Amino acid sequence: MSSLTFKQGFTHGIPICLGYFSVSFAFGMIAIEQGFPIWVPVATSVTNFTGTGQFAGLELAAASAAVSEIVLTVLIINARYMLMSLSVAQKLCDDYSIGKRLLTAFGITDEIYAVAIRQTDALCPRYMAGLILCSYSGWVGGTILGGVCGSLFPASVISALGICLYAMFLAIVIPPASKSKPVALIAAGAAVASCIMNVIPGLKDIGSGWIIIICGAASAAMGAYFAPASEEDE
Amino acid sequence: MTGYYITVVGLMALVSYLPRVIPIVLLRKKIENKFLLSFLKYMPYGVLSAMIFPAVFTSCANPVSSAAGCITAVVLSFKRLGLLPVALISSAVVFIVERVMAVL
Repeated sequence: MSSLTFKQGFTHGIPICLGYFSVSFAFGMIAIEQGFPIWVPVATSVTNFTGTGQFAGLELAAASAAVSEIVLTVLIINARYMLMSLSVAQKLCDDYSIGKRLLTAFGITDEIYAVAIRQTDALCPRYMAGLILCSYSGWVGGTILGGVCGSLFPASVISALGICLYAMFLAIVIPPASKSKPVALIAAGAAVASCIMNVIPGLKDIGSGWIIIICGAASAAMGAYFAPASEEDE
Repeated sequence: MTGYYITVVGLMALVSYLPRVIPIVLLRKKIENKFLLSFLKYMPYGVLSAMIFPAVFTSCANPVSSAAGCITAVVLSFKRLGLLPVALISSAVVFIVERVMAVL
């Protein structure tokens, strides 16, 4: 049913891979500066595969925080994945086995979700495998290189790659927003709300994970209430 | 210390995986509710916008190069370039702007 191939998945993963490289490079570098042995950031990237949660987690661990505090913080930051996972689940093709779902779940990140969800075809295992493997290689590779030779890499290149993920997000949001008024209003509303929440001192403390989910979910809920999407403009 | 690290990394992995795995494994039925379908359809755009702004302005070495990269990405996205060209050209612009600023 689905025509998406492994190769397409892998190709779609390239911008994610590059963006991840710069973020995880910084992650590896910072972890070493904080005094962790190299295996800690690498093991974290290999087993966690999530951005903000890892940064926050190791930041707390560097200060020898209580395990319960670290676990709760990471859980709160990652709560947004529940909605993304639910969303991806709706787009999976019919023959997606439990085993493959268990593997795919590990690869649901903000960026992989964003790319997967914009495909018009149903998502098949081979496409998701390509997309996740390409992105994951950038994430793990960046962590290792950042940890091993963080100080040797030119900061200018790492800085320039920092825009990759945001540029990709813009390329995902803008085309549908310029075609659909509800999408444009939802995107604009969420952007404004997120900026406001990030500058108000008290609100900022609830953390970036919550701000994203509150702004995103609230604007989407308003859109769904006032302008329910019809089947034909899928 | 090694024991503490292993515990922390292992538990972090668990709480990173659980929110992702529970919905995708348990909710195998297709959703029919129109509000919920619309909500799920719109959510990526709301979530992505909230992720982009204001974080994009601190994504590179300084706000000026970040803004230059952001504007480049917006213009190219309106021109319907693909994800990879938008990402690469925006990175190149950031790189050039930062080199120019270093000279000035």
